[in-house]
Amino acid sequence: MPLGNMMANNKNSTDDNSLKVNEPTNLSRRNLLKQASLVGAAAMGGGAAQSALAASSEPAQPVQIPIREAYETLTAAESATLDAIVNRIIPSDENGPGASEARAVHYIDRALAGFRSDSKEDYALGLLAIDEHAQKTKSKLFIELNASEQDEILVAVESNQVTGFLGSSGSFFAMVRNHTIEGTFSDPYYGGNRDFIGWDMLGYPGVRMGSSDTEVRQGKQLTPSHVSAYDMAFTKQRRNRSSNGGQ
Amino acid sequence: MATQLPKIDVVVIGLGAVGGVAVLPLVSAGMNVIGLEAGGWLSTQDFAPDELRNNTKDWPQSVQKANQEIPTTRSREGQEATQGSGHPMMNAVGGTSLHYWAQSWRLNPWDFKTVSETTKRYGASRIPAGSTVEDWPISYEDLEPFYDRVEYAIGVSGVAGNVKGKINPAGNIFEAERAREYPMGPLRASGFTEMMGGAAKRLGWNPFQGPAAINSEVYGQRPGCMYHGYCNRGGCHVSAKSSTAVTTIPEAMKTGLLDVVTHARVMEIVTDGAGKVTGVNYIKGNETYFQPADAVLLASHTYENTRLLLMSTSPSFPNGLANNSGQVGQHYFSHHQGAPVLALFPKDLNNWYGLPAQGVAIDEWSDDNFDHSDLDFIGGANLWVHTDRRPMAAARMSTFGRAPSWGSEWKSFIAENADRSNMAYIQKTTLPYEDNYLDLDPTVKDKLGMPVIRVTAEFKENETKIAAFAQDKMEQWFREAGAIEVTRYGLGGGMGTSTHAYGGTRMGDNPNTNVVDRFGFAHEVANLGVLGASVMGTSGSRNPTLTAQALAWRTAEHLVENWRSITA
Repeated sequence: MPLGNMMANNKNSTDDNSLKVNEPTNLSRRNLLKQASLVGAAAMGGGAAQSALAASSEPAQPVQIPIREAYETLTAAESATLDAIVNRIIPSDENGPGASEARAVHYIDRALAGFRSDSKEDYALGLLAIDEHAQKTKSKLFIELNASEQDEILVAVESNQVTGFLGSSGSFFAMVRNHTIEGTFSDPYYGGNRDFIGWDMLGYPGVRMGSSDTEVRQGKQLTPSHVSAYDMAFTKQRRNRSSNGGQ
Repeated sequence: MATQLPKIDVVVIGLGAVGGVAVLPLVSAGMNVIGLEAGGWLSTQDFAPDELRNNTKDWPQSVQKANQEIPTTRSREGQEATQGSGHPMMNAVGGTSLHYWAQSWRLNPWDFKTVSETTKRYGASRIPAGSTVEDWPISYEDLEPFYDRVEYAIGVSGVAGNVKGKINPAGNIFEAERAREYPMGPLRASGFTEMMGGAAKRLGWNPFQGPAAINSEVYGQRPGCMYHGYCNRGGCHVSAKSSTAVTTIPEAMKTGLLDVVTHARVMEIVTDGAGKVTGVNYIKGNETYFQPADAVLLASHTYENTRLLLMSTSPSFPNGLANNSGQVGQHYFSHHQGAPVLALFPKDLNNWYGLPAQGVAIDEWSDDNFDHSDLDFIGGANLWVHTDRRPMAAARMSTFGRAPSWGSEWKSFIAENADRSNMAYIQKTTLPYEDNYLDLDPTVKDKLGMPVIRVTAEFKENETKIAAFAQDKMEQWFREAGAIEVTRYGLGGGMGTSTHAYGGTRMGDNPNTNVVDRFGFAHEVANLGVLGASVMGTSGSRNPTLTAQALAWRTAEHLVENWRSITA
């Protein structure tokens, strides 16, 4: 569902409800139910809102609620657009899951609060520019487009044909691609590479303390370790005072 | 006002690869030593196998002094110098030896005598125009005992090619005589190194496993390499890498004569009016200290060695300490390690658990190991292929024009080929030139308001001709090994900054063209020694660290043996 419509619905409904809140004596059970479902729908976000609105006067009906997660730096709209972009860079396809399933956006969101904080404004402006370009050329938000329409827009972004970015649109695309790779193939500790999707995609058997001579012979297949570096025991040991020259 | 500290025998500025080695002969002779280190201690627990932290985030757990003083770079005078995004050096006890690749080569005798040997064999006209190269004041034979001491003190693995004239083809048959074998055999071979070694042999070449400051077996109290695949800019999780932080520094501390002061930022080397250093000023937190000493050994990286001298001005040295000759910053060059060759193979190479130091070397076209009569350059290149692969780097692999750079087709390309490419590492003879130099940037400052170093340098014709020549050989080698695609990268350009940075305080007998004498002490300041590749006047075609460490040991030993005359 278009985010714009969802926000418009919420705004109208909030106005509607505020009247009732100001007149508590007139508050009917029906309106209480409606309030509860709207607050719930807003909290769920995304496509649930429309269904919840439609269902608000009805007894509870099962609705598909997309699983959304909390973001630190990206807005809901930004994260939705970015998720659609990373899913075109490393798509989920017949060969397996991609950057979206690996939670590359979750990684980027955390990185933007930390060592990638210099890029926060690039994202805010760049994701907006992509949506505005989609609206202008396709009369839809980027997330509403089908895969080939999205690719068409990303090709234009990659080849410097779109305006509204902090730098060039091409450098924005290169940055997002770079961060998508980080979010898909870095240690899961950083919030991406969920279920080792990235490492399995490459056939990388994962971090381990070491490898034996026979394990690294050509043609040898190792069973993936499926651990994070920070799950390894030595990174969690109590500090050993003699291990750093006696300090 | 600086807090005056009690006087000490020797202050060593920087406890990295060279300062960390020099402290051992000093304390062994009973000297009281203070090591001032801008960084702090890191331990094995800090060395998780984490590509993002090692290779992207640039060691956030280290003290970020160097990254506040990143040099500006330009190719030529007249251009505007711009600041890069990272500094080649890092700050921690052990310095870059914590995360270096650890190839530990001795130079070839030709590298010490490039001018006289070239003149003798091909004529003086073959010295490249504009080069300021000189013969070193010492020879390979002078340095051999110190190479030996460092190899055994820190632990270097390898196979000797020439022990007292006895040639072993399993090692480098072109290397000069050494007194004895390495303390340990070489790192183990792998399927990939054997494949490349076999191809080299079919070409009639002599492949060998290169030397590494990484244990191949238990050495002292430290284990052998575990081959976990995160050695490239990674600290060793089991201390198998022979960083000074786990070898010579703790060894020196056992005597009780070495006091390590961490998080100490040296701001100035202080002199009296008579041309002697009296100590150093450093900042720790909000406090300023003056540490008096009878002798000072400056042991930072090439850029910071040069910067500290240029910043240490006084009435006796208005243009910087030991710089009345105007030679501080001159004869700078960064090693030509670029112009790589990349190959794609039709099968998985199984290099996920390799390391940069686990490799195969070809030395046929290094230095003057081959006849240059009909060539238009001097020097050469060492060809090196190694096992080293990490997941993010693998995903960023070249597509060799076989796939787009994103989308389903790209995803399926990297899924198939992530373990099938290999980038050769080709180190080339690089020479100093009259218009390549370091100075203080006129406008860019660090956080404390001190100027950063400005690099003005570019590779010249001799370097780019070696690069083209070496790429031919490398392509031939990859093709013989079965490569289905080979890509050659650009031959040269601006030098920029490098971990392999030489000159700035060059060693030589002539005080008009060199900053330090044949033992590493400043011509103009008797009790100031300089350690590191900043004293080296040629690079050879191999990694500099072991040579810089051997020189550091020699300078420290010279100080001990000549204490009275040096500190008088």
